[in-house]
Amino acid sequence: MLKDKDRIFTNIYGLHDPFLAGARARGDWDGTKEILERGRDKIIDEMKASGLRGRGGAGFGTGLKWSFMPKEIGARPHYLVVNADEGEPGTCKDREILRHEPHKLVEGCLIASFAMGAHAAYIYVRGEFFRETQALQRAVDEAYDNGLIGKNACGTGWDFDLYVHRGAGAYICGEETALIESLEGKKGQPRLKPPFPANSGLYGCPTTVNNVESIAVAPEILRRGGAWFAGIGRPNNTGTKLFNISGHVNHPCTVEEEMSIPLRELVERHAGGVRGGWDNLLAIIPGGASVPVLPKSICDSVLMDFDSLREVRSGLGTAAVMVMDKSTDIVAAIACLSHFYKHESCGQCTPCREGTGWMARMMTRMVAGDASTREIDLLEQVTRQVEGHTICALGDAAAWPIQGLIRHFRPELERRIELAKARAPRAAAE
Amino acid sequence: MPKITIDDIELDVEPGLTVLQACELAGKEIPRFCYHERLSVAGNCRMCLVEMEKAPKPIASCAMPVGEGMKIKTDSEMVKKARHGVMEFLLINHPLDCPICDQGGECDLQDQAMGYGFDRSRYLETKRAVDDKNLGPLVKTIMTRCIHCTRCVRFATEVAGVPELGATGRGETMEIGTYVEKALSSELSGNIIDLCPVGALTSKPYAFVARPWELKKTESIDVTDALGSNIRVDARGSEILRVLPRVNEDVNEEWISDKARFSYDGLLRQRLDKPYVRHDGKLRPASWDEAFAAITAKLKGLEGKKLAAIAGDLADCESMFALKSLMTSLGSQNLDCRQDGSAVGEGARSGYLFNSTVAGIEQADAILLVGTNPRLEAAVLNARIRKRFLTGKVKIAIVGPEADLTYKHQNLGSNPAILSQIAAGSHAFAETLKQAQKPMLIIGTGALTRADGAAILASARAVAETCGLIKDGWNGFNVLHRAASRVGGLDLGFLPGAGGRGTDSILEGTSSGAIEVVYLLGADEIDMKRLGKAFVIYQGHHGDAGAARADVILPGAAYTEKDGTYVNTEGRVQRAQRATFPLGDAREDWTILRALSERLGRKLPFDNLDALQVKMTKACPTLSGVDAIAPAAWGAFGKAGDLANQDFTYPIANFYMTDAIGRASVTMAKCVAEILGQGVPRTGTHG
Repeated sequence: MLKDKDRIFTNIYGLHDPFLAGARARGDWDGTKEILERGRDKIIDEMKASGLRGRGGAGFGTGLKWSFMPKEIGARPHYLVVNADEGEPGTCKDREILRHEPHKLVEGCLIASFAMGAHAAYIYVRGEFFRETQALQRAVDEAYDNGLIGKNACGTGWDFDLYVHRGAGAYICGEETALIESLEGKKGQPRLKPPFPANSGLYGCPTTVNNVESIAVAPEILRRGGAWFAGIGRPNNTGTKLFNISGHVNHPCTVEEEMSIPLRELVERHAGGVRGGWDNLLAIIPGGASVPVLPKSICDSVLMDFDSLREVRSGLGTAAVMVMDKSTDIVAAIACLSHFYKHESCGQCTPCREGTGWMARMMTRMVAGDASTREIDLLEQVTRQVEGHTICALGDAAAWPIQGLIRHFRPELERRIELAKARAPRAAAE
Repeated sequence: MPKITIDDIELDVEPGLTVLQACELAGKEIPRFCYHERLSVAGNCRMCLVEMEKAPKPIASCAMPVGEGMKIKTDSEMVKKARHGVMEFLLINHPLDCPICDQGGECDLQDQAMGYGFDRSRYLETKRAVDDKNLGPLVKTIMTRCIHCTRCVRFATEVAGVPELGATGRGETMEIGTYVEKALSSELSGNIIDLCPVGALTSKPYAFVARPWELKKTESIDVTDALGSNIRVDARGSEILRVLPRVNEDVNEEWISDKARFSYDGLLRQRLDKPYVRHDGKLRPASWDEAFAAITAKLKGLEGKKLAAIAGDLADCESMFALKSLMTSLGSQNLDCRQDGSAVGEGARSGYLFNSTVAGIEQADAILLVGTNPRLEAAVLNARIRKRFLTGKVKIAIVGPEADLTYKHQNLGSNPAILSQIAAGSHAFAETLKQAQKPMLIIGTGALTRADGAAILASARAVAETCGLIKDGWNGFNVLHRAASRVGGLDLGFLPGAGGRGTDSILEGTSSGAIEVVYLLGADEIDMKRLGKAFVIYQGHHGDAGAARADVILPGAAYTEKDGTYVNTEGRVQRAQRATFPLGDAREDWTILRALSERLGRKLPFDNLDALQVKMTKACPTLSGVDAIAPAAWGAFGKAGDLANQDFTYPIANFYMTDAIGRASVTMAKCVAEILGQGVPRTGTHG
């Protein structure tokens, strides 16, 4: 249970003034100049010491990522790109930051850019976030007007420009290289890696792409020290995290909690518990649409962090907890996700372009039981043929929910097929 | 040099290679669809996945650079499964209409499905269908077959420099197309047919015509421009059914222009398939005997200086050599192979060659184009300039009217005076040329066919000499010809002899009556009205302007119907082979001249092609090295003089119809109508 004093996002519910005066009252922009004066290496070391893992879903060490940027600024400028294209179904953490804590993000952008030698940063905001963009833009303008960013930011002599860019609402543009392509004005399609963005990113220049939450917590970590952050949660899964709890709970909410909180505690303490009580729970998707679903038996004991969820063959993802009680048609729920991935596949590489459609169509039939039991194995094989063979992680994301479904709910799939056969004996006989 | 292990084969490879290239060096075949060595890496087909030690997932070998100590497996279970999987995905939405697909028999998807795919389908859902796009008269689309490798998109964007193709939509609904339906405007658009690994893009004129295994394939040389692109002529029986490029890194890489590829249907239309003799103002079919008799009668007792010969743009060296020999024996010095009247050929050989060579463009760091639009005059060469441009290491300027060359260039203006300024060093671009390591000047025929052509040539030479274009191991002076026959004719000295007349003077002579007989060897691009009352012998293969004016027509062979030597604009000697026999009574051109010479009592001293070629190479040693360029020393050429205050113009307005074959081609006529948007003149038989 996170103590109030350890809370980073103290205005996540928007109860107070989200803009400069309010933000300053909550401690934002406090001693930013001193933080920058520590120098690049100290900042990155502190970030590494904090153990902060990227909050966008992949969980890559943020400090480590920053350290990949070239030490010296060469002929090509460096860029920071903030990924605010929050499109993962079930996830709504970044939007709360954008509209209620925008100054944390702006300050984080300055510090992170300084730490990686970037004089310019871009915030790529999801197109649907119209009001959020307005709030963010206002915060950026305030920061400019008060000399916090711009020329000689915070009086440190560091020139820093921050641009807010609105996307057009494609899920794939949340993938870092597709986001870069989109930012460059091209069709949002992921790039091949290598080269990684740290070598050749935006406009072919060294670039780091970070999630909003990763950047927004950075100033607080640097103010309070990496050790403080590392002291929260479990080793390798440190710090606080914004969790989004949605679905069949009594009070869906976004809440900042410590990492490694038990899933059951998270749901019961903050979301008022599962509708109809914990025993009415069917399954939980613990980290946004792309991670495998977990049945109640696992939900009973699993901890909400990267490693614990990995052990049960799921993932923390964006920490968007989607709760499904026993009234849920679990097959239809996963089929819905399959259709989402079919719709959002960029179409660039073969396994994802063709596989997402195939999977979605099979899932549609699975919902009605219009299949043979052998096709469950076929479906599983198709997901394996997509997983790991694509340019970006969307292929994996499309495969995992189905794998989770088959792993934990195969009897349900078989039951439907038998039921459908029984209803249409003639068709079955053929 | 990184050491890399591929299936237990250790090898040192050059850094910068991709894993796929390294696997090829190790003799391992990696299947691929989207990868093409002349295009950027897309990595989207995922067919080339291989296993790399320590990598959790298979890697796309086409995109992964080799690294020290890499261990690659190309035949592991993981790789096999990956290939199976990708192959299955490619096929689930592919129509499998191979029996009616023109790509059948030469389809990458077919071949690789045999090698790496399943033998049956597990896909029970409905297949995707995609609307066909209309890409104009050359490229036929059956978009349902498309596997989205984006080779065509990358070709159009990168090589052709005409970014008209792209992918719209996403996921399963992604489609390749032009978005707003339009005909592709690139002169190289036909190459996307070769690039397409499936039958999505096929040749419209060749649709449902033949299967590849029915065709006889003959290696030949393209004559539609002076580049001498290497081609393969596919014929069935007496009919040429298609023309494809051959790889020649020094000339055309593996591209050819649309004119080279698609004008072959003109070879069966408007053909001269029997001799004709004009009686009472009308051409009437005749036998060879009658035709020769008419010529013999006319030439009897005629003074040599009243006789003249002009060689056309498509003539092969052998026939020009035979004609020159005949004219010389008849005492005529009135010869010219420059029917356009360009002021090249007098002086050093380097004064009419593309001395830097086509491949040399890739080293150039400054290029000055003078009175030439290479995009229309030699489309494939233009792609080479663009290739160099894309490296960012070259500065390009043109002197001539503004044109879309597909690369960024500086327009210095169109007045020839600019040339003198650069030569004098008073123009800013002179400095650019001087500072360049390998500067090039490319002068086109548009600048040389003017009245002051010789003076322009001289001032171009002055630019070359004063701006350091000529240095050790580098000759930056280049003439870009338009006619396949031109350099061969110049090399052979098919030029006015002592006291002889050139093209313009011949035409003056015919107008005034000083010249009584003119022998046109496929020359169609002269002003026929100026031939006056002269007796015109036309030897050629198409009923074009020359034949219409002729008094005697001797039907010859088109370039696909004879073994012949052509010298391209670089001076590269190349041999074309006969793909089909000449039509009807037509004969190979040198044999016609040989037979005529006998009737005239001036028997030419060769009885077969070999003997002719021996004589020819003896007379003209530069023609002896086939596929080679004889070195040309720098020397004097051009004639200093005043430059007219008249802007340069480009000689080609209509890319598709620059020769008799193109003018007879229905496909080319469709291109003119649909791509250039020019209506074809309607004849009385229309609708």
